[in-house]
Amino acid sequence: MGKTKGIRKVMGDFFSSVPLLAWLSGALAAVVLEHLIGDDLSEFLGLDKIPVLFGCTVILKEPMRIPGVIGYVFLIYALPMVIIGKLTAPPANRVASVLLKLPLMFSTILHLALLFAVLYFWSDISAYRALMAKLTLIAIMVTLSLNVINGYMGEFSCSHPGFMALGAYGASVFTLVFFVKDRVFGPPLLPPELGPYLFPVALIVGGLLAAVCALVVAIPSFRTRGDYLAIISLAFLFIVKSALENLEIVGGSRGLGSQPGYANLTTVFIWTVLCVWVINNFVRSTLGKALNAVRDDEAAAEAMTVNTRQTKMVAFLFGAFWAGVAGGLFAHVLRYVNPSTFGIQKLAEVLAMVYFGGLNSVFGSILGAVSLNLLGEALRPLEIFKWIIIPLLLILVMIYRPTGLIAFKDFNVRALVSPRRKKEKQI
Amino acid sequence: MPLLQVKKMSHRFGGLEAVKNYDLGIESGQIVGLIGPNGAGKTTIFNLIAGVYRPDEGRIFLNGSDVTGLKPHMIASKGLGRTFQNLCLWRHMSVLEHVKMAHYSRISYGLMGAFFGTIKRQKEEKQIEERAYSLLKVVGISHFADQGVRNLPYGAQRRVELARALATEPSVLLLDEPTAGMNPEELEEMMAIIQRVHKEWNLAIFLIEHRLRIVMELCDKIQTLVFGEVIAEGSPLEIQSNPEVIRAYLGDEVGE
Repeated sequence: MGKTKGIRKVMGDFFSSVPLLAWLSGALAAVVLEHLIGDDLSEFLGLDKIPVLFGCTVILKEPMRIPGVIGYVFLIYALPMVIIGKLTAPPANRVASVLLKLPLMFSTILHLALLFAVLYFWSDISAYRALMAKLTLIAIMVTLSLNVINGYMGEFSCSHPGFMALGAYGASVFTLVFFVKDRVFGPPLLPPELGPYLFPVALIVGGLLAAVCALVVAIPSFRTRGDYLAIISLAFLFIVKSALENLEIVGGSRGLGSQPGYANLTTVFIWTVLCVWVINNFVRSTLGKALNAVRDDEAAAEAMTVNTRQTKMVAFLFGAFWAGVAGGLFAHVLRYVNPSTFGIQKLAEVLAMVYFGGLNSVFGSILGAVSLNLLGEALRPLEIFKWIIIPLLLILVMIYRPTGLIAFKDFNVRALVSPRRKKEKQI
Repeated sequence: MPLLQVKKMSHRFGGLEAVKNYDLGIESGQIVGLIGPNGAGKTTIFNLIAGVYRPDEGRIFLNGSDVTGLKPHMIASKGLGRTFQNLCLWRHMSVLEHVKMAHYSRISYGLMGAFFGTIKRQKEEKQIEERAYSLLKVVGISHFADQGVRNLPYGAQRRVELARALATEPSVLLLDEPTAGMNPEELEEMMAIIQRVHKEWNLAIFLIEHRLRIVMELCDKIQTLVFGEVIAEGSPLEIQSNPEVIRAYLGDEVGE
């Protein structure tokens, strides 16, 4: 016990002066290294190809290759990250403190650019990784937008996959009508070259469609709360799903395919950043905090001049809008959607991400979406056991942290990007 | 015309006549007390004035305009602040956030400002924060500003409610048992604060209170409510010696 504590303290001291900027440079070095020598090294270590997900899949499938995988992860990821991270720490600290004197925007953009570069090189290795990265980013958007309703406003809304479906179909129909020669919708109305530039319009149309339909749930929320509203929102999900299943023009239950592939990693990344930024801005403003006031005591909120109806409406429509945008991206990443994607299974997945990551917290939602998404993929070889392990993990989190891993915390960008100084020796 | 005027207000809950033919007029700078046994309908009257319930009959005027049947948040933004009998705080918010929240109706940066963090929003949030902070100083809890309200001692929580009500810039303040559950020390401080804010903004205050000592000391006028009806109205001295009031509180004398 004492010894592990000692190791922990030494590690803590060693890394406490490494700022986020240096970690990101380390990660960038690692993924670039993988690009350069990944193939050769994996061959040398007796692996067929570069392990796609830090070797998790290989470990579970072929236990004989565990040493090779561990060696690979250590040499490619761990070692460069630690070495480069530690080496670049002093200059990175200096850069971070200089940037912090300018508006926060500059520092944030630099960090995001580095993060994007890491993601880009990492996902460049295989199509599977690229798909994973995109779906994870979309999951962040969906989780965060659901957190606005379920966490920040404290209603239990079950209609989120429905909003996603509306966004997915709305955006798909938009791009199919305007930019693609389609069996149902005929020749493109606009030159297809314009497509990628007008793709944001398609996503916004999808988002607005979802937001308008969210009125069906928002208006009952004026009068009902809790379980009853949950049932209403569940009903909405079923209505959307069966409506899409029976709407022949969008393919019915066969689904809708051949969307143009506008949603590359860059697009998805930019939209995710935009979503996180806008939602984080909103929930930290006094107008956004009104959501919390409505959740914690509606009568008091009314007495303190808060327009509770407007607040509820904004929360539902805003959450639905981003779910719709995420749905639009989802449809253009997979380039095929069908109504059964947006059923109870999806609902359970999204709810799990929200409650696992933490209510009322932007950082929690990001953590929840990323960790559950990666876990789901990493445990895939276990097949049926995956659906025992993940729920079990959820139960454990709910026992020890009933509101989720990181709940009720503001997402403080400034603290995240600020330089790390060595802690003063405690006397 | 008085600042807050209620004319012939009645309200029924099913078969129960909670408030009967209630009249009230409060001038600016006046403190009026409402006393009465438990279940007399005091809090119901507060809720009717604040717009939580819509009165079955009668009209309510605030600053000369008819506010009968308006939503509570509209009445509140027209200048009616209130506190609650059983603390109604937002349990996940900090003290400063509570007071900032009460500025809601005066925020002008709008949703776009909230979404995109415009310069206007930053300026306004800063102004609100400064004002909230100064209000916390007035009620003497500025050192708790960044604490979550749940961690505060009871007396301080009551003061958060008061600061929050003051932040709505009320011309009339409704205080529902502002000293309930306080120890003698906290009680003295609370009374001093009420007197201070009353003087500073020349507020009209309407308060429900069980401790007669406080009512006698603070109020210019007192109403006694029994079973939804005002049985006596007058200065503290008049009320103290009114046989009806004594009977309502202590019952009939035996063997008369």
